[in-house]
Amino acid sequence: MKTRDLSELAVRNLREAVLRNSLTTLGVAVGVASLVAMLSLGVGLQTLASQRLTRSGLFDAVFVTSQRNFRGPRQPTPAGSTAKREARALDEDVRQQLSKLSNVTEVYPQIRFITDVRYAGKSEATSVLGLPDSSRSSGAFEGMTGAYFSSPTADEAILQIEFAKLLTDQPPSLVGRDLTLRYAERGALSKDADDEALLDSMMGTGKPGGISIVPRETTLRIVGITESDPSAGIGGFGGARVYLPLKTAEQLHVAQPDDVQAFLSGNPAKPSYMALTVRVRSPKDVPQVEAAIKQLGFVTFSLLDAAKSLRLVFTVFDLFLGLFGSLALTVASLGIINTLVMAILERRREIGILKALGATDRDVRSLFFAEAGAMGLFGGVFGVALGWLIGSALTWGTTIYLHRQNLPGVKISYVPWWLALCAIGFAIIVSLIAGLYPASRAARLNPVEALRYD
Amino acid sequence: MPTASMLIQAESVSREYRLGETVIRAIDAVSLAVEQGEFLALLGSSGSGKSTLLSMMAGLDRPTSGAIRVRARNLAELTADELARYRRETVGMVFQSFNLLPRMTLEENVELPLRLAEVDRNDRQSRVGEALERVGLAARRRHRPSELSGGEQQRGALARALVNRPAILFADEPTGNLDSVNGEQILLLLREIQDSLGMTIIMVTHERPLAERFANRIAQLSDGRLVSDGAQR
Repeated sequence: MKTRDLSELAVRNLREAVLRNSLTTLGVAVGVASLVAMLSLGVGLQTLASQRLTRSGLFDAVFVTSQRNFRGPRQPTPAGSTAKREARALDEDVRQQLSKLSNVTEVYPQIRFITDVRYAGKSEATSVLGLPDSSRSSGAFEGMTGAYFSSPTADEAILQIEFAKLLTDQPPSLVGRDLTLRYAERGALSKDADDEALLDSMMGTGKPGGISIVPRETTLRIVGITESDPSAGIGGFGGARVYLPLKTAEQLHVAQPDDVQAFLSGNPAKPSYMALTVRVRSPKDVPQVEAAIKQLGFVTFSLLDAAKSLRLVFTVFDLFLGLFGSLALTVASLGIINTLVMAILERRREIGILKALGATDRDVRSLFFAEAGAMGLFGGVFGVALGWLIGSALTWGTTIYLHRQNLPGVKISYVPWWLALCAIGFAIIVSLIAGLYPASRAARLNPVEALRYD
Repeated sequence: MPTASMLIQAESVSREYRLGETVIRAIDAVSLAVEQGEFLALLGSSGSGKSTLLSMMAGLDRPTSGAIRVRARNLAELTADELARYRRETVGMVFQSFNLLPRMTLEENVELPLRLAEVDRNDRQSRVGEALERVGLAARRRHRPSELSGGEQQRGALARALVNRPAILFADEPTGNLDSVNGEQILLLLREIQDSLGMTIIMVTHERPLAERFANRIAQLSDGRLVSDGAQR
């Protein structure tokens, strides 16, 4: 029998026992819905976690330190490598070189220093960190009081709330106020003959001049108070309590620990950075960029392995959710078997007539298969819609709950197109498997006995 | 000895059924030959084995022993698919209880063998119309079987049996569920089809007067054996 005729007959047969077949199809739909709802929750949570982690800048970043930097995170250097021999400093040239590597979107230095903050007669020592403009999209500043820096070079500051509490009892009132930073500025040593002679006597003749450390003050406008500690750890915002735009921080020329090292190595005119953060296009580009940086002779560190572990955890999580979701579909498949076996008993005579008219065993089998497949298809489509609704309801409920807790809403359920297609395909396959036994039983019916059946 | 006009030849055909330890021999070494264009009536009382013999000749059942040859092909040696093809292309069947599918309209019932034979959709419509025209039911094509009288249902079943233009028409007690008037109409129709199309008809009946009136030849069975076989006219 042609496929079109087979489909027409199958749909006609399903329509005839509409209540029973609808209930069976509904069973499949509920099974698929439970599967889709479970997996959409898994996918949604994974997407949410990935987005948050990506926005945190930890998984698409490579942290670079110099071979001679003993403070930063290090990896063992292969014996006899070029890097070890050269031990280059992380200066502006290197920064430019790294920014030209493929798939690198941004390279910025870690500008971090200890400062004395003065506000309304109070003086507090704390740590300051320069933030690149890309931190604006970091989830760390979501829900902050005030706003992010108005421009990458603004004389503005964002305070961590715990630090703000040290300055006033009403931290939000600080927004719009000015504070004063006292810091140590690094400058070139003045060309004084006596100083040159002193240096020569200390360091040996022929070494270039030294550096000067001068106390300075600058006034910054407080634009935001962040409740969360954006300190994400390794090489990130870690530990600072006052944040400035990175360019503003750079323009202050604050003395860095490496300045002393540069001075001792004899090149004080060319400041170097403690560490550079290299942002890449996507987390998958991290290994390639990391390898390229290592080739240049620097020490790198990334959280790629942690990201891999996270993916593994979510894969196992999805597997379990899928297994629980599949249980309902398995129960539904028993419903299909039951419905079709009942249909064979009821339609025994019809099967006999079809065979008497020349239907092959294959025609009869295909007809029952088509009916099972149609129930799977309709159940699958309806189930995906139902699963999506359940997922949306979960997201809706969660968002309401989070809003009541003064937290931003999140989308915890997500039905990607591949999940919808796979769920429908899975429903059809399960239905066809469920139809195997009834269909082969119907095909095996002896036409003479079937025609005798009343 | 088979002749050129020989269509069906049953050679020492037996059919046994097992009921636990008991073996029931429904057909016992029956040999019978049917020629092209014959109207053969298989006559016998209930349980004589006439319907069993008809089922085997129609390719619905297989003999336990012996051979049934149709155009020299032994049905017992055909595969299940080949037998289905034989039923589809060579055979038309009419049953006592009409056996129209209640969910389908009359024209859909008549179209069913054409669907199974994968006949083109456009051809189907004309052939269904032709078959219904022949049995006088063209006006009732959209009715369901439950909306038709017994006689109309049997005529509809006849149209379904004819739509594939079979060489042999098997009728199993076609008048068994009809009153005498409708029964006679059906047999008149069968006779007319035999005359106009040259079709071979094998009919099972237990009504000797009808068999004598319409069939060319009567073969009588009793307890699974062929007890008489003779031409009527």
